[in-house]
Amino acid sequence: MANLTGLAAKPKVAIHKFSSCDGCQLAFLNLGTKLLELMEWVDVANFVEAGIADPHAKVDIAFVEGSISTEAELAHIQQIREDSRFLIAMGACATAGGIQALRNVGKLQAWTESVYAKPEYISSLETATPLSKHVRVDLELWGCPINSYQVLATVRSFLYGVMPAQEHDKLCLECKRKNTVCVMVAKGLPCMGPVTHTGCGSICPGVGRDCYACYGPAENCNTPAFTQRLQQLGLDNQQIARRFLFINNATPTFAEAGKHAQENR
Amino acid sequence: MMTQVTQASRQIHINVPLLTRVEGEGALDLTIMDNQISELKFRIFEPPRFFEKFVEGRDYQEVPDLVARICGLCPVAYQMSSVHAIESIFALEITPWIRTMRRLFYCGEWIESHCAHIHLLAAPDFLGYTNAPAMAKDYPVLVQRGVYLQQLGNKIIKLLGGRSVHPVGVRVGGFHRSPSVKEARELLAELEVALPLAEKLVTWATTLKVPEISQKFISVSTQHPSEYPMNEGRIVSNDGLDIAIADYEQHFREFQIPHSTALCSLMDEKPYLVGPLARVNLNWHLLPDVVRNTVNSTGIGISFPSQNMFDSIVVRAVEVYYAFYEAIRILKEYQATAAPFVPVEIKAGVGYGCTEAPRGLLWQRWEIDDTGHVVSAKIVPPTSQNQARIEQDLRETLEAMGLDKETDALRLRAETVIRNYDPCISCATHFLKFNVTRL
Repeated sequence: MANLTGLAAKPKVAIHKFSSCDGCQLAFLNLGTKLLELMEWVDVANFVEAGIADPHAKVDIAFVEGSISTEAELAHIQQIREDSRFLIAMGACATAGGIQALRNVGKLQAWTESVYAKPEYISSLETATPLSKHVRVDLELWGCPINSYQVLATVRSFLYGVMPAQEHDKLCLECKRKNTVCVMVAKGLPCMGPVTHTGCGSICPGVGRDCYACYGPAENCNTPAFTQRLQQLGLDNQQIARRFLFINNATPTFAEAGKHAQENR
Repeated sequence: MMTQVTQASRQIHINVPLLTRVEGEGALDLTIMDNQISELKFRIFEPPRFFEKFVEGRDYQEVPDLVARICGLCPVAYQMSSVHAIESIFALEITPWIRTMRRLFYCGEWIESHCAHIHLLAAPDFLGYTNAPAMAKDYPVLVQRGVYLQQLGNKIIKLLGGRSVHPVGVRVGGFHRSPSVKEARELLAELEVALPLAEKLVTWATTLKVPEISQKFISVSTQHPSEYPMNEGRIVSNDGLDIAIADYEQHFREFQIPHSTALCSLMDEKPYLVGPLARVNLNWHLLPDVVRNTVNSTGIGISFPSQNMFDSIVVRAVEVYYAFYEAIRILKEYQATAAPFVPVEIKAGVGYGCTEAPRGLLWQRWEIDDTGHVVSAKIVPPTSQNQARIEQDLRETLEAMGLDKETDALRLRAETVIRNYDPCISCATHFLKFNVTRL
């Protein structure tokens, strides 16, 4: 675990973006009036979208959104690691490669050729991968997207000199706490809650639909038993595979469960 | 930023390696030689994410959750264009409740996206700051009002979508859930308090000192006979285009340029503008009197249609005000429903969806097979459509300003021009072309 001793009272923070939709940076930009408050707690050295650009600033904490999918990004994340005392990966792209990791099992060259008239102009790595594949990551904030609560809780904890407490429970526990009716039991929907990491506020069951695992796998998932449950609900193997191979397709737990379902024909 | 001035040959290079206050990653290269622009490149180097390939073979029900991930700032737009396209394939008739709620949902996204742009991205240019946090120290009331209004946009999205970024409430055929009357009333009360602030936002925007530069450009937007466009309509322009959305590809063409991972787009071989200014230019008459009067009563002589791109910040404020007005109108009449979606019967075919994302026309084409799986998709986001127009504007604006001006002034003007379009670069590179043409 990272050692937080000696962190400045007003730590220097950088926010960086790699291959992604920008949605996790919005956890900052959507803070409303709290955004102005946050700017008082920390000294923001780099946040390009907000107009503060110093990509090579030496900082205490770097928040990084996005996956690594080009040579330039690879070099840049290594630089950021050197420049930052703590590196925090935020969101499914940074923690698991994100939805674009689906290309890792595709044929990038063929895709580029079918998509761009002049593929030689396009520079891209074969894979889109999480930060932890390339550099040491001190903390991962899971979710697609992460929410403002996760950001604020993290910054607050750092200011108190402790690493933020993180739950790795299943989403089901969140539904139980909120008294949300189980959509799998009541409606027979293929809800991913039993294998999905908590943290979103169980919003999908909250609107009466099945969770699609945008917060990634929970700890100690029993994916074989869950796969059987999905079969009992009438899903075929390809449908089951797609349930796992979605937003967090490249996490080892889901990648394996998805592959298993695909081969289960 | 790097600049290099060689007096002897009067050569100036302006290179902004990382444009700030835009969404995603872009850069600008400009070379001036003997008082002429010899090279101008608005570069988009955001890595491609190959979205149209992931969707192939996916079930139609997965599409709204998938396309949301193209853009964190305008997921509603991607969801709306895709569900309309797929519903047209299934010949699905949605109910008036669903239609109205989609309009409310879109109001939320316009408010959220436009307020973020006006206050956090664009305003520092006009008030002389490099960034919004610095500006907030001198203009606390302005910035607080801005982020407060932005939050209310997010709340509207949350009412129907559960969260504002990548909302989860949309499905092909409608919404997963009908909000309760109590939730709707609570939100209505908040919006009513905010409406006068949205009106003040318009008045404030008209007081900004902007350059008076009139340019010839073509405005393109959707148009509906009786309402300001959001989810439906024909595609029209101010030079006579008036087509069904299915005929888009007969007039609009995408092509690749070496300095950008986004494809460029031309209409009948000409650059064109999409976005709030194009919408206001073509649909000013469809805005309610109360909104138009707010602009007209400022007495500063601003009028629409406008060929001054610097009026973009004003029209974003106008659309924010309108979206508040419209959301309030909808919520006042709100009734919950037991049928927030209509059941789907799968059919094979091709369908089109075209809605007004905050940044402009978002056109999509979807092909679905008889088992409900995606055969192919084509997505044309607004920023790639504006790319050719942005380069044309940069050239004209800088030449009109005078290329002999200080390098820093030229750079700031160039950046301001780019921000007028609120380019969403993350979106732009998600476009993937399907028909291979070897040039």
